[in-house]
Amino acid sequence: MTVPELEQVADQPEPAKEKMVLIAASGDLDKAWPVLILATTGAAYGMDVTIFFTFWGLSILKKPGTGITGDDWRQKMMSAFHKGTPDGLHLSKLHFGGLGPTMMKSLAEDKNVASVQELLELSIQLGVKLWPCQMTMDLMGLTNDDLIDGLDKPAGAGSAISLMKDASIQLFI
Amino acid sequence: MADTVVDARNLQCPMPVVKTAMAMNDIKSGQTLELIATDRGALSDIPAWASDTGNSLKEQFEENDEFHFIIEKA
Repeated sequence: MTVPELEQVADQPEPAKEKMVLIAASGDLDKAWPVLILATTGAAYGMDVTIFFTFWGLSILKKPGTGITGDDWRQKMMSAFHKGTPDGLHLSKLHFGGLGPTMMKSLAEDKNVASVQELLELSIQLGVKLWPCQMTMDLMGLTNDDLIDGLDKPAGAGSAISLMKDASIQLFI
Repeated sequence: MADTVVDARNLQCPMPVVKTAMAMNDIKSGQTLELIATDRGALSDIPAWASDTGNSLKEQFEENDEFHFIIEKA
């Protein structure tokens, strides 16, 4: 090959990665787990993975220890009744006032299942993009300071659709 | 002997696949990785992952309830 030809080969961009988009709309422990398991596995497959967190799904991104949030009394009441935070997620079934999640988490520990927090950290380490939904943040009175570090900029439905349009896997969980 | 060994014993899904993929980044094309896992799901997950990512599963065997996979990086 001549030098210009070699340069041409070197200039060729790497093939675009396949995309995977997950919509995390639930703050339930039994939904957060599969979202993060699929996201980390997608990243292990070499895919470009984005999770769009909306409505109660934002609970997964709340900083541990986040208390009452928002300015409006309704926002404050909602955050008081549903604190969220990855260590305080509810179970969709058998919640029993928090006994269910405690049992589930101690079982997971015994069986060496990675916790939601561990999978969240691993997702960030693997380059999974975490997008909080701006509208839900405004609705619930959440600011960037209420959410964990390592997130992408808050986005809206337009960004989610734009990404999903070209993604080979799109799931609403 | 494989060039690198990934010990994913006692770890559940998705860790055997995730740890394998992470360790693959540290070896060169043509080098091999040995994964040792106890997760029964790995028996179907690892061959699927290897074939989908273009890496080749050279060998797979079970020894003392542990599953061994030898994978060559593409």
